[in-house]
Amino acid sequence: MRRRFSDTAFRGYGRRKLVNFVMCCLLSLAALGAIIPLFSVFGYVLSQGMPALNLSFFTELPKPVGESGGGMAHSLLGTCVLVFLGSIFGIPWGIATGMYLSEYGRGRLGGAVRFSADLLGSIPSIILGLFVYTLVVVTMKRFSAVAGGLALGLIMVPTVARSTEELLKLVPSHIREAGLALGLPRWKVSLRIVLKGIRGPITTGLMLAIARAAGETAPLLFTAFNNRFWSFELDQPISSLPVQIYTFAISPYEEWHRQAWAGAFLLVSVVFSLNLFTRVVFRQLRKD
Amino acid sequence: MESQFNSSTIVATSPDSLKAPKKRREVHYGDRLFAGSLKASALGLVVVLGAIAFFLGNRAWPAFQKFGMSFVSSQAWDPVQELFGALPVVYGTLVSSFLAILIATPLSIGIALFLTEMAPRRVSQVVGFLVEMLAAIPSVVYGLWGIFVLAPWLRTSVEPLLGQVLGFLPLFQGPPYGVGMLAAGIILAIMILPTVSSLSREVFKSIPQAQREAAIALGATRWEVMRLAVLKGAKSGIVGAVILGLGRALGETMAVTMVIGNRHEISLSLFAPASTMASIIANEYNEASSDIHMASLVGIGFLLFMVTFSINSIARLLLMRGGKN
Repeated sequence: MRRRFSDTAFRGYGRRKLVNFVMCCLLSLAALGAIIPLFSVFGYVLSQGMPALNLSFFTELPKPVGESGGGMAHSLLGTCVLVFLGSIFGIPWGIATGMYLSEYGRGRLGGAVRFSADLLGSIPSIILGLFVYTLVVVTMKRFSAVAGGLALGLIMVPTVARSTEELLKLVPSHIREAGLALGLPRWKVSLRIVLKGIRGPITTGLMLAIARAAGETAPLLFTAFNNRFWSFELDQPISSLPVQIYTFAISPYEEWHRQAWAGAFLLVSVVFSLNLFTRVVFRQLRKD
Repeated sequence: MESQFNSSTIVATSPDSLKAPKKRREVHYGDRLFAGSLKASALGLVVVLGAIAFFLGNRAWPAFQKFGMSFVSSQAWDPVQELFGALPVVYGTLVSSFLAILIATPLSIGIALFLTEMAPRRVSQVVGFLVEMLAAIPSVVYGLWGIFVLAPWLRTSVEPLLGQVLGFLPLFQGPPYGVGMLAAGIILAIMILPTVSSLSREVFKSIPQAQREAAIALGATRWEVMRLAVLKGAKSGIVGAVILGLGRALGETMAVTMVIGNRHEISLSLFAPASTMASIIANEYNEASSDIHMASLVGIGFLLFMVTFSINSIARLLLMRGGKN
C-alpha cells in the first residue's frame, strides 16, 4: 500500500484533483439517480391513485366490466383477515424464537437458528407460497383463507424473530439479574420483566412485519387465490388487496386500471406511514 | 415466589454454581417447560427449511423422473403433448438478474460512498431514508408502475434510441415492445438497490476511521481516500452485498411477471418478451391442467429454492467474514 501511495503522489496534482472532482460528481449523481425512481413511483401512485379513491372504493364490490364505479371493499376485508390469520400464526412463533435467540441462543444451536432465520427471510416469497400450496391446498383440495394466512405467517416469522432478538438484547442484564435475585423463576423474569419492559418497541417491530406481509402478492396467488365476492368462511378462497391490484392491472379495462391505482395508493400510504412511525419510535429508543 | 433461593435460579445467574452438589438442585418445571418450548419454536424454523425442500422435491418428483436431465436442458413447454423443459426460464432468470446486478452494483456502491464519505450528516440521513423507502414499496406497486410508466417509456424513447445507436449488437435488435427483458432488468435493479446499498454502507462504516486519517495525512484526495482506504478493505463485504442482491433478484416475482411479457422462448434481444422461473409459476399455476404440468411448475420452484438457498448461504458467509476483518 505504501508503494501505491507514493506512485499516486508523484503524478501531477492537477490531474489528481480532476479525477477527484469527476468521481465526486459521479457519486452524487448515483445518489440522485436512486431517488428518481422513488419519486416517479410515488408521484404516479399519488397522481393516479388519489383521484380514483372515493368512498365507494371502501364500501362496494367491483362492478362488472363496462360499468364505472365500484370498489374493493371485499379485498380490504380479505387482506385484514389474511393478515390477522398470519399474525396469529407468525407472531407468537417469531417472538418465541427471538426470545430463545436472545436469552438462550449463545451456543452453536443459536448460531444455526439465526442462520436459518436469515435464510428463511431471504427465500423468495413465491416459494413459501408454493410450499403452503403443496402442504395445505393439495391436502384440502381447495384454495382457502387459512392457507393464505399460513403463507403470510411464514413470511413474518423470520422478521419478527430477528427484530425481537435485537430489542431484547437492548434490555440490560442487571434487570434480569435483579429479577432473579428476588427469587423469580426464569420464565417469569423473561416474560413479566424483560418482555414487558420493552413491549412498546417490539410492537412497533411487529407492525413493520405486518406492513410487509400486507403488501405480499406472490404467496397468496395459489394459497388464498382470489374471490369476486365477499367471503366470510376461512376454508374458502378470499380476495386480498395486492392480488386484486394485480388482477386489475393486467386486465385490459381502463376502469379497472383506475381501481388498481387507487388500491396501490392505499397500500403505499399504509406501508409508508407505518415505516415512518417505526423510524420515529426507534430513534427515540436509541436516544434513551 | 415459592421458589425463593432455590438453586435453579442461582444456576441461571452464575455458571460456576453448576459445580454445587447435585442433590441440592431442585428442578423448576416452569423454567424447563419455558426453555423447552422456546427451543422447540426456534428449532421449528430449521425444520421448516428442511420441510420446504422435502415437500417441493416430493411434489416435483414425477417431472424429474419423467424428463431427467432434459428438464433443465430442453426448451419445450408444451402442455398438450406434456413436454416440459425449464431452459428458457432459467435463461430468463439469469439474464434479467444479471442485468439488474449490472445496473444496480455501481449505483449502489456510489450511493453508499456518497452517504458515508461525502454527504453532510443531515443530507446523509434524509437520502438514506429515501433509498430505504424504495425497499418498503410492495412488489405489486412496482409492477403497476412498470406496466403503465416504465414500459411505455422504454417503448417510445429508450428502446428506439438504443436500437439506433447500438443496433449492430444482437442484444438491441428487434421491435421495441416495451415489456420484455430490459424492463424486467431495470425494475429488478430498482428493487435490489436499497438492499445492496444499505449493506455496502454497513461495510464501509465498519472500516476503521484511522485508515482514512492515515490516507488523508499522506496527502490523498477525497476520492483517493475512498479508493485506497475504504474500497480496498471492503471488497469481500461488497461482494457479499451484491450476491445477496442477486438472491433477491432471482426470486422476485410480481413486478417481473407484470413487465417481462411472459414468453417461453430464448431470444438474444433484450427488447423481446421472456419469462423467469418465478414468473412462470405465478402465471401458469392456475392453468396447470395435468399433474405433470403442475409437477413441472413445482420442479421449477424446487430449483429456484435450491439456487436462492445456496446463493444466500454464500453471501451471508462472505458478509460474516467481511464483518470480522
